[in-house]
Amino acid sequence: MRIELVRRPQRSALFSAVSPLIALVLTLVAGALLFALLGKNPGEALYYYFIDPLRETWSLHELAIKATPLILIAVGLSICYQSNNWNIGAEGQFVIGAIVGSILPVMFPEFQNWLVLPLMMLMGMAGGAAYAAIPAYLKARFNTNEILTSLMLVYVAQLFLDWLVRGPWRNPAGFNFPETRRFHEYAVLPEIWAASGRAHWGFIFALVAAILLWFMLSRTLAGFEVKVMGQSPRAGRFAGFSSARMVFFAFLVSGALAGLAGVSEVSGAIGQLRPTISPGYGFTAIIVAFLGRLNPLGIVAAGLVLALTYLGGEAAQISIGVSDKVIRAFQGLILFFVLACDTLILYRIRFIGRKAPASSEASHGHA
Amino acid sequence: MNQLHSGQAANLLEVRGLTKVFGSLKACDNVDLAIAKGEIHALLGENGAGKSTLVKMLFGSLEPAAGEILWKGEPVRIASPGQARALGIGMVFQHFSLFEALTAAENIALSLAGNTPIAEIAQKAKALSESYGLPLDPFAHVGDLSVGERQRIEIIRCLLQQPELIILDEPTSVLTPQEADRLFLTLERLRDEGKSILYISHRLEEVKRLCDRATVLRHGKVVGHCDPRRETAASLARLMVGNEVTQVVRETAPSAGKRETLLEVRGLSRKPSGPFSATLRDISLNVHAGEVIGIAGVAGNGQGEFFEAVSGEALQDNPGAVRIRNTDAGRLNITARRLLGAAFVPEERLGHGAAPAMKLSENLLLSRFRTDAKAFLGRAGIIRGGILAAASARIVKEMDVRKSAEDPEASALSGGNLQKFIIGRELDRRPAVMVVNQPTWGVDAGAAARIRQALIDLARSGSAVLVISQDLDELFELSDAIAVMHDGRLSTPMPIAEATYEKIGLLMGGASPDTHAPHEEVA
Repeated sequence: MRIELVRRPQRSALFSAVSPLIALVLTLVAGALLFALLGKNPGEALYYYFIDPLRETWSLHELAIKATPLILIAVGLSICYQSNNWNIGAEGQFVIGAIVGSILPVMFPEFQNWLVLPLMMLMGMAGGAAYAAIPAYLKARFNTNEILTSLMLVYVAQLFLDWLVRGPWRNPAGFNFPETRRFHEYAVLPEIWAASGRAHWGFIFALVAAILLWFMLSRTLAGFEVKVMGQSPRAGRFAGFSSARMVFFAFLVSGALAGLAGVSEVSGAIGQLRPTISPGYGFTAIIVAFLGRLNPLGIVAAGLVLALTYLGGEAAQISIGVSDKVIRAFQGLILFFVLACDTLILYRIRFIGRKAPASSEASHGHA
Repeated sequence: MNQLHSGQAANLLEVRGLTKVFGSLKACDNVDLAIAKGEIHALLGENGAGKSTLVKMLFGSLEPAAGEILWKGEPVRIASPGQARALGIGMVFQHFSLFEALTAAENIALSLAGNTPIAEIAQKAKALSESYGLPLDPFAHVGDLSVGERQRIEIIRCLLQQPELIILDEPTSVLTPQEADRLFLTLERLRDEGKSILYISHRLEEVKRLCDRATVLRHGKVVGHCDPRRETAASLARLMVGNEVTQVVRETAPSAGKRETLLEVRGLSRKPSGPFSATLRDISLNVHAGEVIGIAGVAGNGQGEFFEAVSGEALQDNPGAVRIRNTDAGRLNITARRLLGAAFVPEERLGHGAAPAMKLSENLLLSRFRTDAKAFLGRAGIIRGGILAAASARIVKEMDVRKSAEDPEASALSGGNLQKFIIGRELDRRPAVMVVNQPTWGVDAGAAARIRQALIDLARSGSAVLVISQDLDELFELSDAIAVMHDGRLSTPMPIAEATYEKIGLLMGGASPDTHAPHEEVA
């Protein structure tokens, strides 16, 4: 028997909707196998990963906290990827956004009033956007491969943060620990509903950003331009759109949102700068963007799913003693299956039996 | 020729009940075909009739779903082009499969098995090319060669493998009439040497002239075998299309003298933008209100570059190099040129004139979001989907675009229907200046007639129409005057009353315009 892919005459609406779900089911199956090979009870492990974190209100708040940067970054990346600009450096833009957004509370701790927080958010967005402008300029001006430049700039940003918190920005009263002073009360993003948990206003920002960008992409000329330039740049040029302008637009929007995610994370969840402020949100957001079909509303759902793998990973580490590296394996599995299942949108699978018994077996299996 | 039922042994290749299905489309449906030794057999059909699919199955690039292929009376299964070559089947493709950065000899070497030294191949190729009257420099880089010369490489490459059956896919679509004549002599000589040729075309005159027998395909089915010499072009066309093709009506244009010049090109030059693109050299041209000017020429002589320069996809340094309705437009981009009243239809439909994965209504917005901003866009650039859909439906109705869904993606339409939509999208604006590159390339006869009529009607209503085409029949049908582009230069337009295929063909081949076109007053 062999398996053949037959091209569909049109994109299948059914599989456009269903393929992420199939991917999730396959991920669970592969995950169960993985745990079984590690000698753990797969049922128990999957329970701790995917069910346990959803059982209590406080941990739902934690879920929102983890989902906030993922959603903010991923909706920005959806603009990039839809316009065929491969920004892989959101992690770096996240870090620079966090640094620039922290200038006020770290360097001017006496400046304390209600203006501080809005300024921090704006500065964080400006920082992320400016950092994203570097690969954008290199691509527009010199036709440099933006995948390489944006990725390499991640390490520059991370090492710059490391140097800052160990050097000039180290907390003078912090016993030489590599961290900045803690943010004062005007520099901390308030909690949405303090009585029940820690989730901060960053989550609201993420939802608003998702809705705004969804509207822009689906209903406006700007969104149309993004899609045309991504799908067929030559047709875009014929329409009169400028590819250089689109490169900047996509990178600046996604950089600004990654920067906002960065400053929201340090201001809302951490409360200071440390050598490491992200467990790889900028990279995980790439998976989120694709799992959400590059649709900002889908990305909200996808962000929550990926946030769950972070929480579940921590829970599983504590309760059944598997390494937190399993989180990365899970995220990789999800991306792999999502991309693989997308084949079903454009192709139909056909089983071709060489011999009669084989084909009847196949038809039983797929009845 | 003694053909038809002269027994199996005489048939070099026989095909019985060959079927190929793509999705829900039967591209080839129970096709029967027999090719005798030493005949030129025509495979006729419109675009999309299944000619290419059939040939790909014969050459091993596609696997048939049903049916059998007999080679010299023996059933064979052709699983790859390599196997086809080993049997003795050679093919010259319509779209050449040559590497532009390599020499002719290197390209030939790539398709041969074994490790024959390049010098030996070059020598063989040269000898063969001379003996068949197809002069070729084996050490020339393909990128520097004309399309006709590239085709010679393909033919030589095919002949070097000493095939018994040669398949040629639309070989004359890129040739000047004179080059085509030379090709026919070569093919006739090959036939006289006992080789068989399967000649795919939709050009009836050349099939009548060259071929011994013809098999006509329509919608994947064989609709008839005939002797093309005993048929008329009209009867062949009826077989191909299934009904009479409407004739395009063109009244003579009113004299150009007093008419306003709507599109003016003055001393337009352009350096090549890439290693294999053409240079434009000092092109001047006027198109007046009410007339259709045709630009003929073999592909790759600068037509694409000229279109880009006129449309504003490529800008000029000199603002006066392109003038639209008496406004300098050389430094204006395509959007600004559209706002001056010009409309453009590029050669490539999918990916240039239309975005393949976008719906028709979205593709309507593609070229008209600025000129019709008031109608199609609300505040803050919000797209007014309802109005767009209504306008799209109007164009579909006006141009008789056949489609399978209410608002399908552009790539779901057949080439001809998409082209009707793209032309209709621009006509719907009633543009003062219309520039079209290859209006009916790969479009079936019915749709082509409709498109040509629409262009003529637009001109007669007072617009200036410029048509770039490789199809001479089309230009003679449409144009009030024909200019020829060769090597980046444009000849003076020749009024249609004085133009003949021979004169235009000579210009296309690069004859000096001074000696063959003494008509200077036209513009």
